[in-house]
Amino acid sequence: MRIKSAIIMSSPFMAAGMALFWGAYDLSPPQVLDVLRTMFSGANTPEAAIILDIRLPRIILAGMAGMALSVSGATLQAVLRNPLVDPFILGISAGSAFGCAIAIGFLSWLPLQVAAFVFGGLAVLLACLMARSGGEISRLSLVLSGVIVSAFFTALLSIVKFVVDPLKLQSIVYWLMGSFALADWHQVKTAGIGILLGCFPVYLLRWRLNVISMGDDEARSLGVNVSRKRIIFIACSTLAVTSAVSVSGIIGWIGLIAPHLIRMIAGPDHRRLIPLSMAGGAAFMICADTVARNLAGLDVPVGIITALAGAPFFIYLMKWGGRESWGQ
Amino acid sequence: MICVENLTFQHPHATAPVVEDVTFRLEQGRLAVLLGPNGSGKTTLFKCIAGLWKASAGKVRLDGTELLALNYRQRATLLAVVPQDHTPPFPFSVTEAVLMGRAPHIGLYAAPSSVDMEAVKEALEAVGISHLADCPYTRISGGERQMTLIARAIVQDAPIMLLDEPTSHLDFRNQHKVLEMVRRIGTDRGLTVLMTLHDPNLAAVFADQMIVLKNGHIVADGQPDIVLNEQTLGLLYDVSVGFVENEGRRFAYIKANTLLC
Repeated sequence: MRIKSAIIMSSPFMAAGMALFWGAYDLSPPQVLDVLRTMFSGANTPEAAIILDIRLPRIILAGMAGMALSVSGATLQAVLRNPLVDPFILGISAGSAFGCAIAIGFLSWLPLQVAAFVFGGLAVLLACLMARSGGEISRLSLVLSGVIVSAFFTALLSIVKFVVDPLKLQSIVYWLMGSFALADWHQVKTAGIGILLGCFPVYLLRWRLNVISMGDDEARSLGVNVSRKRIIFIACSTLAVTSAVSVSGIIGWIGLIAPHLIRMIAGPDHRRLIPLSMAGGAAFMICADTVARNLAGLDVPVGIITALAGAPFFIYLMKWGGRESWGQ
Repeated sequence: MICVENLTFQHPHATAPVVEDVTFRLEQGRLAVLLGPNGSGKTTLFKCIAGLWKASAGKVRLDGTELLALNYRQRATLLAVVPQDHTPPFPFSVTEAVLMGRAPHIGLYAAPSSVDMEAVKEALEAVGISHLADCPYTRISGGERQMTLIARAIVQDAPIMLLDEPTSHLDFRNQHKVLEMVRRIGTDRGLTVLMTLHDPNLAAVFADQMIVLKNGHIVADGQPDIVLNEQTLGLLYDVSVGFVENEGRRFAYIKANTLLC
């Protein structure tokens, strides 16, 4: 178990290291190493610009987004006691998509990232308010209102798509598929703050997720204030995921399967599951993004790669390897 | 010590209370059984005492402190609940499941320490399932799962233990084994134990005190050999009851052909 954990924890760094050597612009490994060696000397060569200002921020951003999606998936699966939950269950994807669409379509003064972030958070807030009755938020009504809010924002998105200028429609559709093609250091900073702020409390509180996943009554009789903790966990994952989505678009699938993959390898204890999901999700996303930008002559949306690569791998583990990852 | 005073519980929008004006007292270190037919309000009363539901009127005092004045963590240090058999969504190991009992003693941002692990080991030994420590909690038998939940209550280290129908999914042997275990742990650690049961004969063997509930009211409260008689049981279950005595123990049985009339 120690060795497995160590491998998973170091995987994002290995993936990032390897990803630096691949890209659209042909650089030989010695050239890359050369740039890395002289990284802090402030050399102003085109090679340095490609590696340090294009590839490196993109890799870091992909890693952070993968971490955010995966850890939020693991958190929400425990909080809602449902292994089928992904980080978008409470309406983040539909809300952000709508925000992005109106920013691209009508409000060109509004930065896309801001719109996606605000509307993603708004959707979750609406879902929580709808699910609230008598001061309590029950987990079944939360899932249900998430579905309703998603449907509502998807309908709004459809209206925008229907009336908007076809050229703008193209960028909306491209954004919806998810991509890190526009990554730069500014995005790393802005999204990074939100992602780290969201992930850190979850990391600290991770053992409590075990208790909460046993059910409301049981967690209460074990001394956990379930309602308050649930709000904290939902707020944190929402912050992390909307921050990621605001710079990457909607990258599906990874938040559902990464926690399951880790659970099959390392078991369901959230003390291990949370840090390993962070690392595993980051490594998975870096690999998927590296494939996305090298697969064809053009930048393929990374969401397509995560689904294409994730599904068969998941089926393999489910059928032939690993531990069971949920009860029954 | 558990002290229930004039407790009434009514669901919002319901016309009649499920439990009405219930008063009883359970002394420190004693084992009491809450007996009553289906729908008698047993589970409701249980949830009110566990602090999971809020009574519409009346009070529950645990060792002198009023239950509703405490927060969840404080309650959990006074009172450990053993729930009915259930399946968690994720296959935690038996050790991880028992460790959750330490939750009220562990700081908010902290993880369990070696002291907590030691407590878990001891509790597993006390209930005799050390060999299952690493098994998935979802893959063990009903009796073993009940033992796991009892171990969890032990590590919670509370002076009061509540058990909700601990024998409901168990076979003949395991019913006795679990109750024997509960009584032994209760005596060894001086715990006040309250449990709900369905079988009056089991209750008679293990209880110091029996509290009998029908239609939300207490109809009898006292020592089992006094409470358990033809009249009380007959009234409770609407049947004609007889008793046989063997090896110094009394057993109730339902007389033939008195059920469906």
